[in-house]
Amino acid sequence: MEARMTPNPQTPCAAVLFDAALCNGCNRCADVCPNDVMVHDLDKGKHPVVLYPDECWFCGCCVGHCPKPGAIRMEHPLSLRVGWKRKETGERFRIGMKNPPSPNTRPPVGGW
Amino acid sequence: MDSERWPYEIAYDRTVETSVDVLIVGGGIAGCHAAVSAARRGASVAVVDKGAVVRSGSGGPGVDHWHGACTNPCSKVSPEELVELVGHCDFGVTAEYGNGITCYIMAKESYDALLDMEDMGGKIRDVDDEFVGAEFRDEETKLMFAYDYENKHCLRVHGWEFKPLLHRRLKRLGAQVFDRVMITTLLTEEGKQGGRVVGATGFNVRTGAFHVFRAKATVLTTGQPLRLWNFLTEIQGSSGVHDALACAGDGCAMAWNAGAELALMEKSAPHAGSFNHVAYGSGNAHNTWYACSIVDVNGKEVPWVDRDGKALETVSERYRPAPGQKYFLLMPDLPYEYRGPSLIPDLPDRIKSGEFKLPLYADLPAMPAHERRAIFGLMVGNEGLTRIPVYANYTAAGFDPDVDMLQATVQSPDAYVFKPWWQATAVPQLRETGRLVDGGGLLFDWDLKTSLDGLYAAGNQLCGGADHAASATTGRYAGRKAADHARVAVEVKIAQEQVDSERDRVYAPVRREGGIGWKELQSGLCRVMQDYCGEYKSAETLKTGLEWLASIRDSEAEKTYARNPHELMRALEAMVRLTVGEIIMNASLAREASSRALGFDRIDYPEVDPPDWNKLVSVRLQDGEPLVRTIPCDYHLAAPNHPTYEENYREHSALDEGQVR
Repeated sequence: MEARMTPNPQTPCAAVLFDAALCNGCNRCADVCPNDVMVHDLDKGKHPVVLYPDECWFCGCCVGHCPKPGAIRMEHPLSLRVGWKRKETGERFRIGMKNPPSPNTRPPVGGW
Repeated sequence: MDSERWPYEIAYDRTVETSVDVLIVGGGIAGCHAAVSAARRGASVAVVDKGAVVRSGSGGPGVDHWHGACTNPCSKVSPEELVELVGHCDFGVTAEYGNGITCYIMAKESYDALLDMEDMGGKIRDVDDEFVGAEFRDEETKLMFAYDYENKHCLRVHGWEFKPLLHRRLKRLGAQVFDRVMITTLLTEEGKQGGRVVGATGFNVRTGAFHVFRAKATVLTTGQPLRLWNFLTEIQGSSGVHDALACAGDGCAMAWNAGAELALMEKSAPHAGSFNHVAYGSGNAHNTWYACSIVDVNGKEVPWVDRDGKALETVSERYRPAPGQKYFLLMPDLPYEYRGPSLIPDLPDRIKSGEFKLPLYADLPAMPAHERRAIFGLMVGNEGLTRIPVYANYTAAGFDPDVDMLQATVQSPDAYVFKPWWQATAVPQLRETGRLVDGGGLLFDWDLKTSLDGLYAAGNQLCGGADHAASATTGRYAGRKAADHARVAVEVKIAQEQVDSERDRVYAPVRREGGIGWKELQSGLCRVMQDYCGEYKSAETLKTGLEWLASIRDSEAEKTYARNPHELMRALEAMVRLTVGEIIMNASLAREASSRALGFDRIDYPEVDPPDWNKLVSVRLQDGEPLVRTIPCDYHLAAPNHPTYEENYREHSALDEGQVR
């Protein structure tokens, strides 16, 4: 296998992730971000570039303003992922686990 | 993607000039309410923010509690009764409501500001009737209350949409919005320190274009300075604070350079910063999660007690004042008179003894259905930093509050005191200003005017701080005052030399090749704060610290580079923090006593809160030299002010009897 000289990856995580197939490149996420974590891609129609993930406040406004559900996700880094326990069964789960339980689809009060 | 080229047009050489009646620096909650109220009074208004006003600021991503709504039709607490609290708190400030002026303005106008939000399209009631029959719902008005269900002074609101609604309204009222423009200096008459404020300069953090604003009145609504001690470039990046990351202290630094007086700047508290878990995102029983049942790893429930230690048997009792108590609040370290129900105060000892075993869990399934839905569906669903990061992400991962118990952060047993957020244990020399949202800021009077003519302040820029509702109310109040001032103020003239010299300073980092990046400058100045202005301070450490900051300003800061306008913003924020560090050290030198309420320990003055020092320290620059004076904590009720809150408010609020905006 080939080895390469590469700078360390930017930390702490991607913070914001795109599904290029769903994103229409409107840049709404980049333009509501309070910290300019993302910049517009030079190619119109492509999703923004996450240039400064280390400046993310994890507020989720980018996701909240996305007109294409599923095109953008905000993820807490591994060091911030929490766990929970199902009261009746005692099963333990955590954010990010393999084979998670089924999603709870109930929207917040007032709906999405 | 071409990784070399900056995606936005670069316009370092362009200058954009704007002239308005009222300039608002900071487009957060206070700034937006100020803009709306100034525009309603006929003023031409510009709002300027480093981020995008639609979501910028600490309150940008949402809000769940609306505090101090004393004038709502169900409230049993009057503004006069609420503001009495200030007189019972150390240094005349409360942990969330600010000083006496801030607290009283909030108590008088909080509900009116909320009705403003409703008028803009915000949801402030249970209009969908999801909570019919809930103890916290008033069936007639459909208002929903938090904490004290008998006295009903704090409301539960659907605040996720508030900021975009404010943004839409202020644009409809004709306010000019300057997104992505960082203001770096206040312009004063003839460029003199201490002179009348006549505008400001800034630059666009995407294009680099220079902006000059000329204004008859300026309102500073930037946030409290953060990340002065606590900055890590790794772990979880720069995300560890509750308030917006953009809050570098820009307002404090520019006000200081202009010669304005600042107070309470020596106040700080340990903060776990980037080691904290997600706010409201792990199990707890306080604030947004009030009053969730907590169980240990074996399902054993942690009891609740009233302020006298009497066990509370039902969930309902957690939302009721103690027998004979007028009303209660849930801010940290309240006087007995206002103290609410809590988890057992000796929980740390009972964990150490093995009676309760870690980890603890928030037992949402044990809560009555309405309370459970209110905590997770309404509050977590609307609070800043939680709607998407916690509600959306956790439910998508399968978390179901009807059947699941969210684990609390595992920490030292001593940390399980009843307080907002069990997030992580803080290290004493890693600190943040203030204690929650109650840090230092500009000294101000009943007009919300600062010590400089033409300069007003609101929100968390006020000394003593402000939460969301206090920011909204002081914002609308300052907007009225600034607009009224602009109507009678004489035309302003800006000093070109001041503009030119600021332009040279601002763009210096982008002209440099090599040197150090902003993160190294930022980490370095934080180390100086940790070492010389940390848990324990003395005249010697503070003087040494001031020397270090001055030396860094002359050397490393002069070598700090920026490769694009975004890095320029971060580099200039680090320089702002150098200035704020100097303000904090000067204020700390001046306070020759230790203080529990201020989180302030002087090795050379170990006596804690001696009566002689129950006063505010104010600092300002005159001819480049720091000047210090002390002010009584109740300065707002001392001559030349009236002795009562009501009289001062009536004279200064710029509202006629019965007028609400």
